[in-house]
Formats: sequence, C-alpha cells, structure tokens
Amino acid sequence: MGYLNSFYLSGPEVELSVAGLILLIVAAFAGQKSAKTVTALAVLALLGAAAFTVNLFTNSAFELGGDVWSGLYRMDAFGSFAKILIYIATIGCLIVAPKFFDAKGAYRPEYPVLMLFGAVGMGLMVSAIDLMTLYIGLELSSLSSYVLASYSRNDGRSAEAGLKYFVLGALASGILLYGMSLVYGFTGSTSYLGIRAALGDGLSTGALFGVVFVLAGLAFKIAAVPFHMWTPDVYEGAPTPVTAFFATAPKVAAVAITMRIALDPFGGNAAAWQQIIIFAALASIVVGALGAIGQQNLKRLLAYSSINNIGFILIGLAVATAAGAGAMLTYLAIYVVMSLGSFVALMMLKDSGGNQLETFGDISGLSSTRPVLAWCLLAIMFSLAGIPPLLGFYGKFVIFQAAVEADMVILAAVGIAASVIGAFYYIKFVKVMFFDEPADVVVADQSKARWIVLALSALIISPLGYLLTPGLDWVTERAASALFFVV
Amino acid sequence: MDGFPILSVMLAVLAIAAAACFFVKAEAARMIALVATLIDLALGILLWVNYDIGGAQWQFQEEANLFAGFKYALGIDGIALMLIVLSVFLMPICILASWDSIQKRVGEYMAAFLLMELLMIGVFAAQDLFLFYIFFEAGLIPMYLIIGIWGGDNRIYASYKFFLYTLLGSVLMLIAMLWMVNEAGTTYIPTLMNYDFAPEAQTWLWLAFFASFAVKMPMWPVHTWLPDAHVQAPTAGSVILAGVLLKMGGYGFIRFSLPMFPEASAQFVWLILGLSMIAVVVTSLIALVQHDMKKLIAYSSVAHMAIVTAGLFAFNVQGLEGAMIMMLSHGLVSGALFLCVGVIYDRLHTREIDRYGGLSINMPKYALFFLLFTMASIGLPGTSGFVAEFLSLAGVYKISSLATFVLTTGIILGAGYMLYLYRRVAFGEQKNADAAAMKDLSVREWIMLGPIAAAVLWMGIYPESFLAPMRADIAALDARIARAAPIGDAKLEVGEPKAGAANTIDAKEHDGEGAH
Repeated sequence: MGYLNSFYLSGPEVELSVAGLILLIVAAFAGQKSAKTVTALAVLALLGAAAFTVNLFTNSAFELGGDVWSGLYRMDAFGSFAKILIYIATIGCLIVAPKFFDAKGAYRPEYPVLMLFGAVGMGLMVSAIDLMTLYIGLELSSLSSYVLASYSRNDGRSAEAGLKYFVLGALASGILLYGMSLVYGFTGSTSYLGIRAALGDGLSTGALFGVVFVLAGLAFKIAAVPFHMWTPDVYEGAPTPVTAFFATAPKVAAVAITMRIALDPFGGNAAAWQQIIIFAALASIVVGALGAIGQQNLKRLLAYSSINNIGFILIGLAVATAAGAGAMLTYLAIYVVMSLGSFVALMMLKDSGGNQLETFGDISGLSSTRPVLAWCLLAIMFSLAGIPPLLGFYGKFVIFQAAVEADMVILAAVGIAASVIGAFYYIKFVKVMFFDEPADVVVADQSKARWIVLALSALIISPLGYLLTPGLDWVTERAASALFFVV
Repeated sequence: MDGFPILSVMLAVLAIAAAACFFVKAEAARMIALVATLIDLALGILLWVNYDIGGAQWQFQEEANLFAGFKYALGIDGIALMLIVLSVFLMPICILASWDSIQKRVGEYMAAFLLMELLMIGVFAAQDLFLFYIFFEAGLIPMYLIIGIWGGDNRIYASYKFFLYTLLGSVLMLIAMLWMVNEAGTTYIPTLMNYDFAPEAQTWLWLAFFASFAVKMPMWPVHTWLPDAHVQAPTAGSVILAGVLLKMGGYGFIRFSLPMFPEASAQFVWLILGLSMIAVVVTSLIALVQHDMKKLIAYSSVAHMAIVTAGLFAFNVQGLEGAMIMMLSHGLVSGALFLCVGVIYDRLHTREIDRYGGLSINMPKYALFFLLFTMASIGLPGTSGFVAEFLSLAGVYKISSLATFVLTTGIILGAGYMLYLYRRVAFGEQKNADAAAMKDLSVREWIMLGPIAAAVLWMGIYPESFLAPMRADIAALDARIARAAPIGDAKLEVGEPKAGAANTIDAKEHDGEGAH
C-alpha cells in the first residue's frame, strides 16, 4: 500500500494534526483575542474529521477496512464508529466552554488546541493495531488531559486535580508499559496480529502476567474498580467543561482500546481475562453505586455514576461475543449523550454572582424556580438509572441481552440487581429538585450553545430516541463485526 | 372499525394532552386533562362496543417495526379489554377528584396523571414482551413524582420505598424475559403464551416474574410499600394506585405466569395459597386496628388482592373468572372508598377516624354512598364484591378446602373492619363540632361517585356483561393450564342431574290434599 493510501485512510488524524498545528501558531501570534476564532475553527476541523470518518464508515469501498502504515494503523468500521463518537463529544464539550471560562476572563486559545490534540491522540489509539502506536496515541491524549485538568490555574482544586491525574496517570501508563513489555517478551511481537498468532497455543505464565498488567493499566484509564480512586477527585477539581470532556471522549477512546486489545490480540484467550473483567464489572457497579450515596457534591456524584456505568459496559466485554461488543458500543453512544447532557446542565447552575454551584443544597427545589432545567435533569437522571421509557434503558437492555444470549444469566441477574442500588442516588437527584423547598439561588442561563446541547441530549434520551434504535443497531453491529473480522 | 388504529389513538391523545399540560396555566390544564380523559373514555366504550365476543382471540391489532430488538405491537383480548375499560372509566373521575384539592403545579400534576393512564393502557394492550416491560416499568416515574410532590407529610420515605421496591422486583423479570426471548426466538406475547418452556427452566422464570408481580400486586410480605404510598398520595393518586396499578400484578399473573409457565405455576400453588391465606388474615387484623382511614382501606386492598391470587392459582374457570371480577370490582370499590375518604378529607383535612362521627346526620347522601361501597367491599349480594368473592372461593374450594376455609374468615374479618369503620365515621354521636358542620356532597362529587355506584350495582346484578368478553379467553387459558392442574382435596364429583327443576314438588303428595 502506497503512502497516498496510508494518508487517505488515516485522514481524520492527519487533518486534525495539521489543523492543531496551524491553530497553535495562530494562537501564539494572535494571542488572547483570537480565542473565539480558534474555537470556531477547531470545531470546524472536528466537524470535517467527523464527516470524513462518516464517509469512511458508510462508503462500501472501505467496508472491509485496511491496515496502513506498515501494519501500525487500521482503518475499520469499529475505529470509525469510536472516532465519530469522540469527535461529536469533543465538539459538544468545546462549544459550551467559552462562556464558562469567559465569566472569569480565563478563556484562552490554547484550550481548543489542547482538545484537538487530545482528539488526535484518541483517534490514533482506537485505530492502533500495534502496541507502540497505541501507547503513543494514549500518551498524546493523556498529556492533553493532564493540562486540561489543571486549566484553571488560579484555582487550587483544579491544580490539585491536574497533579493527581498526572501522577496516577503516569503510574497507570507505567503499569501498562510494563505489561506491554512482558507481552512483547513472551510473544516476540508488538503487533496485534503477531501477538494473537503467538498466543494461539495458550498463555504462558509470563504472558498471562503481561495480559493482567495491560488490563490493569487500561482499567485505570476507563476508571473501573479497583483502579477508580482518581475519578471523584479529578472530576470534582477540574473545571466543569473539562470534566464533561473527561466523562465522554477519553472514556469512549479508553473503552474502545480495551475492547480492541481484549478481543483482538488477546481474543483467542478470552477465558483468561473474562474473570478479571467480570470482577471489574460487578465491582464497578457496586462501588460506583455505594460510593455515590454519601456524596453532596454533584460532580463527585457524577464521577461515581461514571464508574457505575463503566461496570455495565464491561459486562458487554465479559461476554466476549460480537453481540456483546455491539451492545457496548450502543451503551457507549447513549452514555456519551447522557453525560454530556448532565454536565452541561451542571454548568448552567450559577448564582447571581456568576459562581458555579455544585452541591445538592444549591439545586434544592430547582423545579419551581428553573422548571425546564429541572425537567431535563430529571430525564437524564432517570435515563442514567436505566428506567424506561428513557433511552438509558435501551443501553442496559442490549448489554443484558448480550449477556443472556451468551448464557451468562447469573452475571446478568447480579448486575441488574445491583443497578437498583444505583437507582437510589439518581432518584435522590430528582427528590432534591422536585420534592424539597426551593433554595432559589440558581439564575437563568443565557448561553445558547449550552441550551442547544442540553436540548439535543434531552431529546435523544426521551422516548423519541427509541426511533433511532434501528439505525444505532445497524451501525454498532457493523462496527462490532469489524472487530471480529480478524478471526 | 377495520384499520382504524383505535389503541394508538388512545395513547396519542394522552401523550399530546400531557405535553400540552406542561405549557399552560392551571385552569387550562384541568380542562385539557378532563377532555383528554373523556375522549379516551369514549374511545374505550367504542372499543367495548366493537369488541367481537366470540370472534378472534386478539382484536384491534396493530403492528409497526419502529424499534430495534422489539416491535410496536398492540392488540387486546377480553381480559385486557375489561382492564382498559376500568382504567379509562376511573381516570376522568380522578381528574375531577383533584379539581380543587390540587393547587400547586397543576399542569405537571395533570401531565403526570395523563402519562399514568397512557402507560396503563399500554401495559394492557402491549403484545410485545419488551414493549410491555417498558410500559410496565415506566409507570414508576410519574407515580414517584405524584407521591413525592403532591403527597402528605411522610411523602419522601413513601416515594423512595415505592420506587426501589417495585424496581427491584421488576429488573429480575427483565432478565427472565431476555432468556425467554432468546430461547423461544420471538418477542410476540401470543406466541410465547403457547410456547412450552422446559419445566426446570420454568421454575426460575416463574420465580423471576413472581418477584415483580408479587410486589406490584402486592402480596404479603412485600406489601409494606402500599400503605405508605397510599397514605401519602393525593386522593386521585390513591384511586389510580388501588384502582388500576394493583391490577398490573394480577394481569401479569394471568397473562404471563399462568399460560407461559403452567408446570411451574402448579408447582408453586402451595406458595401462592400460603401467602394468600396469611395475607387475608394478617392484613385484615391489621386493618381492624387502624386509626387512619386510608391505611385501613389500603390494608383491605391487600386482603382483597390475596383473594385474587388464590383465585388465579385455582386452575379452574371459576377461580379465574372470580379473580378477574374481583380485580374489576376492587378497582371500582376501593377507588370509590378512597374518593369517599377524599370527600371528607377535603373538608376537614384529616384522615383520623376519631375526628369524624355521626356524619349520616349532616351528610346523609354521602353516608348512603359510603354505605353502598362499604357493603360492596364486604361482598354483600347485589354488589360486585359478592360475585367476585363467591366465584373465586368456589374455584379455590376445588383445589384446597383448607385455603377456602381460611380465606373465608377474611370475609368475616372484612365485614368486621369495614362495618366498624362505617360505624365510627357515619353513625353515633356528632362528637366533633367541625365534623358536624360539614356540607353534604356537591354536584362535582355526585358526578364522581354516582357512576361508580351504578357500575358496582351493575356488576353485582348482571355480571354477565363483564364476563362475556372474557369467557373465551379464560376458557382458552383454562385449557392451556389444565395439563398441570393440581388435584384438589375436595374431589368434587358431578352427580346425576335431577330430572325436573329443583323446586318441583312430587305430584303424588298433592293428590291427597286435592281430594279434601
């Protein structure tokens, strides 16, 4: 395959890298006042990349995908689907950000540039079919994330979040690298194809250690129990638009690479990692649910909620079938919409002094003072709890359907019973907003971008969203089968 | 009526009206809600009139491939028809009951009620397993809000309890449904009703469904959410809860547990009868000592529902018909009793029984209605309650005379607590001056209670109108479960029929008299 082909199939990353570099220069020379323009251009670049990826996904000429860059990078339906989600989530987080930081005059053009580089890294890692490419992509996106977490540099909590994220993230990267080196040492290859072939006749103890370390490193990235401790602190400390970003795009990317690694290079040895994933799934559901109960801070609560949701997503991985992978992608798509909606709604909670409000006491009785916002949050919370007829139920439905079809009924039953614990704090949200006396501190939000994002996500998770399910089903099925094409 | 999607129209009217209620002022919201429920009542009557008795088992069928994984498929049989008619009949009355008593957030309140009605009709009309589950579970949201926002003092505890209890019951059912669909390869309920699952699997499936329906029903010992929810809910909320929501459990048993898992149902008859017997006696005794009128009626609901479950698992036509009539009758009677409580609660703002007394002196018309519904609850012949209790217990007698014996004591206890309640509220001295000064029924209250009273008498005097549409479906169900029916201890034998009528007097004896 020629270079032209390589460039073409990795088009989204190429386009975003070039755009990121140009905008970096623009930002350096034009300075502070170019922030809005740079943001608009970054959104345009992301839209272009998304459109290009959609073309790669739907164009029948690329149906089977292709390995380019000498087997370092694979363009396939799975990677394309994950990238579309990542780009959409990044756009959503980007357009709501300027107004948020503007209040303090803290918005700078570096912000969209960092997001762009983060998106490049994430795109690279979901398309990687070599441990090296994977690690480079992962680090590129992680480094952007560390900086973003401490973006409000005058805010002590933000700086603390960035530092914590960096130290623990570096530790996780170390664990991951250690695992990769073990895998390389015992298989003699860093490419997924080579690893899969070498592991074909069983895992040696050393390789098993490698698999466990790789999975542990990835569990940190997706914030699955027992590697979830950083999540509440980072989510709470980082500025809310950044938290929204962490909860969506990097999560999609991390889940996607976990899927690809587990099902592609280690796919022949599913029995070896299934029990690890089952444990992580159930533990995440339970810890995510129990940890959230005592929280007063809404961002911490949503952090635990994301741990809880990762648990459900991992159930789809534990079944290790194409149906399970498709279900994970469906859940992921719906989860991105719900998280985006919930964090944007949190951003809209401001008092008359422009201060961000983030505790239960502040949203007390919100339904009588700001009814539209309260009803949107109500829909999102019930959806996160998986109560029909909201779309969040559909995500859980497909996950558990995949588990039952793979004859893992006990796993499904335990998982779904544990989801009732989670329902407790989601309905607490509703209770505080609807049943308690109004605190009346939240003022009306003027930002059009936020209302658009919130309205769109509320519309998608409303019962009308079920009309999207046939399309979503078709797309995720295609993406998931691409993952199993290697067999 | 061919081709007119009447069920979808019923749902659409409610959905549009509910959406509209969010955006308008209190007065307009009340009118919209009343008009929408009346339109649905009219459509419900149309449904009943056009239902072809003895025709196809499933009528008014609609189908559309709107979703992935399951279908939008509606259709009703006689059992569903009667329950839909009950729902649409009670709904306008609920709206009227909340006309003056609800003053805050009227639009949202009316929207929640319209959504409730939508979901209830959906539950009874759904022909797809997962569509059913969605309607079944979605009811949690409006009911949680109704109890939590418009409820009484302890409303938050009650709303949490209601939500988490019923959710835990239902999620296991979802797993069972997924397994069934995977096994049978279809989500279509009529097909599943005739699919024979392996008996070992049936046991687990039955238990999972039981976990959900037993909580919704509610059966002892998972009934404790009901008194809390009832006491805290506004009057109309109680009416809907008792009138229709509780029927979802019974409907679930008759639609899913029995036809889909006949062997498992037979295997667990002892469990159902045991719990029913305990429920009848225990909750009736609890009802006897209540000071709160709504709590008393709530406990009586648990007792009546126990007779429903016993009748359902009697594995014969009488039991099933009796259970169905009991559900319809209880829907009307307990709904009406809650309305009666609501009438005096609106005047005095207390449900404490001791705060009333001698109401038959200053509120004679009210006392008359209250008496009628009290008698119907006890099961006096001529009212719907008698038909229901007689048929169910006759059915239960065929499989267990002990259970019948215990359940019948429930009727005696029922008479005890209901008459005791009536005596304390309506008879005796007018010991409280404020209670003695209360006005009799207003026109609005007449319109609420009058139709229910008429329906209760209709069902008591001529139950055939209600039984006829269900007869074929119940016979089909009976045939389906006959293979698993347990052998009863009564061992009834049909004797030789007498040649003449029972009151024929032997002609010979007459001769002598005539000769005189």
